[in-house]
Amino acid sequence: MKPQRPKPERRPNRMGATVNRSERAVREPVRPDPRPVARSQGAVQSKTSWRDKLDAWSAHHSNSAIESLLRLLETPLQSLMTWLVIAIAVALPAALFVMFNNVQQVGQTWQDSSQISVFLKKDVTLNQGQDLRGRWAQRPDVAQATYVSSEQALEEFKRGSGLGELANHLDENPLPAVILIKPKIGGNAPDVLNSLQQALIADPLVADVRLDMLWVKRLHQFITVAERFVMALAGLLALGVLLVIGNTIRMAIENRRDEILVVKLVGATDAYVRRPFLYTGLWYGVGGGIVAAILLAIGFWWLSAPVTQLADLYQSTFRLQGLNFIESLQLILIAGITGLLGAWIAVARHLYLIQPR
Amino acid sequence: MIRFENVSKRYDTGYEALARVDFEVEAGEMLFLTGHSGAGKSTLMKMILLMEQPSHGNVFVDGHHLAHMPKGQLPYFRRNIGVVFQNHQLLFDRTVYDNVALPLQVAGYPHQEIGKRVRAALDKVDLLDKERSNPIMLSGGEQQRVGIARAVVNKPTLLLADEPTGNLDPELSNEIMTLFRQFNEVGTTVMVATHDVELLKRMNKRVLGLVQGKLVHDGVLW
Repeated sequence: MKPQRPKPERRPNRMGATVNRSERAVREPVRPDPRPVARSQGAVQSKTSWRDKLDAWSAHHSNSAIESLLRLLETPLQSLMTWLVIAIAVALPAALFVMFNNVQQVGQTWQDSSQISVFLKKDVTLNQGQDLRGRWAQRPDVAQATYVSSEQALEEFKRGSGLGELANHLDENPLPAVILIKPKIGGNAPDVLNSLQQALIADPLVADVRLDMLWVKRLHQFITVAERFVMALAGLLALGVLLVIGNTIRMAIENRRDEILVVKLVGATDAYVRRPFLYTGLWYGVGGGIVAAILLAIGFWWLSAPVTQLADLYQSTFRLQGLNFIESLQLILIAGITGLLGAWIAVARHLYLIQPR
Repeated sequence: MIRFENVSKRYDTGYEALARVDFEVEAGEMLFLTGHSGAGKSTLMKMILLMEQPSHGNVFVDGHHLAHMPKGQLPYFRRNIGVVFQNHQLLFDRTVYDNVALPLQVAGYPHQEIGKRVRAALDKVDLLDKERSNPIMLSGGEQQRVGIARAVVNKPTLLLADEPTGNLDPELSNEIMTLFRQFNEVGTTVMVATHDVELLKRMNKRVLGLVQGKLVHDGVLW
């Protein structure tokens, strides 16, 4: 059965006359254009060239960017609260990362000076000792070898320990001669140090080899654990930021529901509708990142004076390193990307649900 | 321009909004859609805009089989259709100008082109002096004309109007019908849903009559 069509004789054409099907079929190909204006408009529409499209696209981007920023600034208190929440969530792991960087730096300076003390047997002569030092200095895994005679060692002890008076009362020098070995930089890793230690202790002139291996290992391990902990914390807090921004964007979408319906109805693409909200998310993230960078700068400035004093007491040149300019920018960038991501999730979930009905 | 083939719409609640509706509209035609509220006028209009999908049958608009339209194509399809609502759906957070400019902005027209076209459309509906006003300051008839300007600013090939004269007095509704007739005269296909029988008689155009979702009349009104 043929699908029913409206009966031709019941349908008048624009002139008021009825048109039957065969007439229309004949007329169709040669029909003088009944809507010249519409035609010319069609041509005008197709004249929106690629260049115009691109201009309009970039114009909408900058418009969306500026407008969404202005919208945030229209409700400064609310926006500031969101920025603070994000800033705290960003600043906390960032601060911990920076702290560990500092600790690692301290560890590195200690490790650099982590020398192996080789105590020679009591009966080793000065010449034998210096020969030994000469041989070890040739080793590829040794950066520097220094011979310290027992007399020199005693002098140092008198100066450094503050127990000089006591040493003066000793009948004989109790200290052995020592060769101080500085491993090569690559020798920082614990197992390389270990094998070097094994090689040194094998020499018959050597009484003992001291290397605070355990300490190095512990520091390494501690930093690994701490880094993982901070990673997990950062992950959780990033999730928090995503949720905060997602929820904020969801409310923004709800507030502009009417607008979304209308623009969808007049032919807005999904990308067009999405754009202002993505920029809103980006601004939330970037704003939060900037506040976080400021918080960190203030915090490290506040800490740096007492830390410097503390380091001075230990005769260390250690100085607390905050975020430098590039690192602050990176922080803001990461926060911005997180904001964008949060907005994207919210938009994907909620914009789809708003369809003209 | 528009073809409905055996189109039915049954909602999940079991309510049948349209039942086996068949009709065809030529390009450049002007016609009316009438029936009591709940007869299916709005459902039919929404199907043309692809705001609703038929449960059965096929809808063709401007050469597109709507059931087979890819999702990404929908916005571009809608740009060719101007819509006027009874509640005009204007945005009160922006000026008349910005409301009318919306379809052009969405379609990515260059700035100067938007200015020209918006002013031309506002001139057409005689509201050029109100372009900087907020639509909330305007009367009902003026708001409806802003809605019409927005519907035609993109020079669509098809203009749909759902109860455009719904709560306007006869003089104003005549004015609006005159506008529609003018658009039709320059080639736009115009379809107006109304329950105003007096208006239908005055206009003397093709009328589709719906009763409880069934098409019971197709032709000029007695």
